[in-house]
Amino acid sequence: MSAPPVPVKALADTPFARFRDEFKTSPVAVAALGVVVLICFVALIAPLISPQNPYDLARLVLSDARRPPGYVGSGGFTHWLGTDAQGRDVLSAILYGLRISIQIGLIAGGIAFALGATLGAFAAYFGGRLEALIMRIIDLQLSFPAILLALVLAAVLGQGKWPLIAALVTAQYAYFARTAHGAASTERSKDYVDAALSTPLAASRVVFRHILPNCLPPLIVVATVQIANSIALEATLSFLGLGLPITEPSLGMLIANGFQYMLSGRYWISIYPGVALIVLIVAINLVGDQVRDQLNPRLKR
Amino acid sequence: MSAMLVDVVSVSKRFTPSVSVGERIAAWLGSPVETRTVHAVDDVSFHIRKGEVLGLVGESGCGKSTLGRVIAGIHPPSAGRATIDGLPVMGEGRKPLKTTTRIQMVFQDPFASLDPRIRIGETIGEGPLAHGLVGKADVHAYVAQWLAAVGLPAEAADRFPHQFSGGQRQRVAIARALAMQPDVLVCDEPVASLDVSIQAQIINLFLKLRRELDVTMLFISHDLGVVRHISDRVAIMYLGRIVELGPTAEIYDRPRHPYTRALLDSVPKLVTGSDELVTFKPIQGELPSPLSPPPGCHFHLRCPSAQARCRTDAPRLDAAAHSVSCHFPLAAGE
Repeated sequence: MSAPPVPVKALADTPFARFRDEFKTSPVAVAALGVVVLICFVALIAPLISPQNPYDLARLVLSDARRPPGYVGSGGFTHWLGTDAQGRDVLSAILYGLRISIQIGLIAGGIAFALGATLGAFAAYFGGRLEALIMRIIDLQLSFPAILLALVLAAVLGQGKWPLIAALVTAQYAYFARTAHGAASTERSKDYVDAALSTPLAASRVVFRHILPNCLPPLIVVATVQIANSIALEATLSFLGLGLPITEPSLGMLIANGFQYMLSGRYWISIYPGVALIVLIVAINLVGDQVRDQLNPRLKR
Repeated sequence: MSAMLVDVVSVSKRFTPSVSVGERIAAWLGSPVETRTVHAVDDVSFHIRKGEVLGLVGESGCGKSTLGRVIAGIHPPSAGRATIDGLPVMGEGRKPLKTTTRIQMVFQDPFASLDPRIRIGETIGEGPLAHGLVGKADVHAYVAQWLAAVGLPAEAADRFPHQFSGGQRQRVAIARALAMQPDVLVCDEPVASLDVSIQAQIINLFLKLRRELDVTMLFISHDLGVVRHISDRVAIMYLGRIVELGPTAEIYDRPRHPYTRALLDSVPKLVTGSDELVTFKPIQGELPSPLSPPPGCHFHLRCPSAQARCRTDAPRLDAAAHSVSCHFPLAAGE
């Protein structure tokens, strides 16, 4: 005797489709996402659309320096946002600066995500002394201000892209680790983990294939906030002169360079990069707020 | 049917909440620290014969699920050991790991026991793939074969758990356990969370698979009717200990432990052809807390025939075919 096959109910919608439809109900979040996508796109194609390559020192003409917005320079094009102290086109510098800021924010955020989530999930999986050790180190680190930690590390490691990313990762992985630990502790006690243990499956497979994917919602929320934070932190470090070399200015460096001219009325050198930075960070945070509202089960209507 | 397959020797399982650093400092400074140890399973010994279905019955909270998980190699026992064919189910060490794939488990709640983010096909196939029971090229057909064995279409492999009903999910959970080609299946209340109409389907599926695959089963349930239907032998558990163990018909027709008697009496029955008002007798009192089990026989607080000796002296399960752990067992027909 063989039982007849049980018909399986087909459901068209996936969790992602439901998430997308709910996201669409918030016009603010949709607009913010549009801004983020636009900024990323513009930053990506910066070499194609910017009127000048701001890193090419040979192209910079000193007589064009510190000109106000709308000035037509020796290159024959209009500097819509003015020029800085080296005669760089501010608009071009912003586009290239965004490129660097976003790149560093994403790389640092991504590494911090991977490192922190792995540490937190393994701590929750193994428990006992290993868990206590890892989590106490992370608590200790969270009690320091992130900016202080990043400052010290950036100063010790020196200038450059990778030292900066290392400093940002060190300052931020703890947030991911703590979130992943909390979520993984809950998942650890569920039956599907016990089922994997009774098969048995290797610890690495249980953690990476079963526990971590189920911890993703809170981690995605932290990721959106932390990518915005690492862009801001990078700008801060660059502003203080601990970030990237002056030849490859990120947004923070541009703001710092123009800062000294603020009082002499040449506001554009500092203000416009600042506006670009603020728009980017606010937009990412607005998207993050909506994602958090949707993924937090306690806020579910 | 005769050879002993699974042997459980003096297994105890205690859960002690970990002592925090603060409490440890307090203890070091001389303040008394209260440890709240739960005695879930207390010195249990029995065996399962090859090919039989052993029913394990008890109230909620009596430790039957914990015992099932110790045998399935999910929790290491605090004392004693479980072996299959003489080989331990779990390894040694502070954090022991399961060392055999010959015992698999089906869980009570199929909504919790399937990973919600993984397709059914991978859930069923990952274990056999990890243990080399099937090659990467054949895993698809292998999964389809086991889906067919539990009455699901092969297309189910591409779906997620939330696209199934409770009964279908439990079929998937059974397929996952069987795909490991186990000799022993530990079923922890596999029908308790299902609709009554679905329960019968799943029970029949178990009976069919048992006939076809010759799999030995430990069937944990609080439903006396289901256990009577499916089991060859039955063990009755009370507060961490097995109080009576014997062939199904013996246990149901001639219970010897007062607790078994009381359990059977507490089942509501329909009686026709009589104008008598039918009543059923619930067991007096509550299950004592496993945090502080009573001394002596665990059942003496609720036992109608308890005597002074029961309060101090814990009875042992005797070695008869129909064994009972009681100082004053009931005579046949009582």
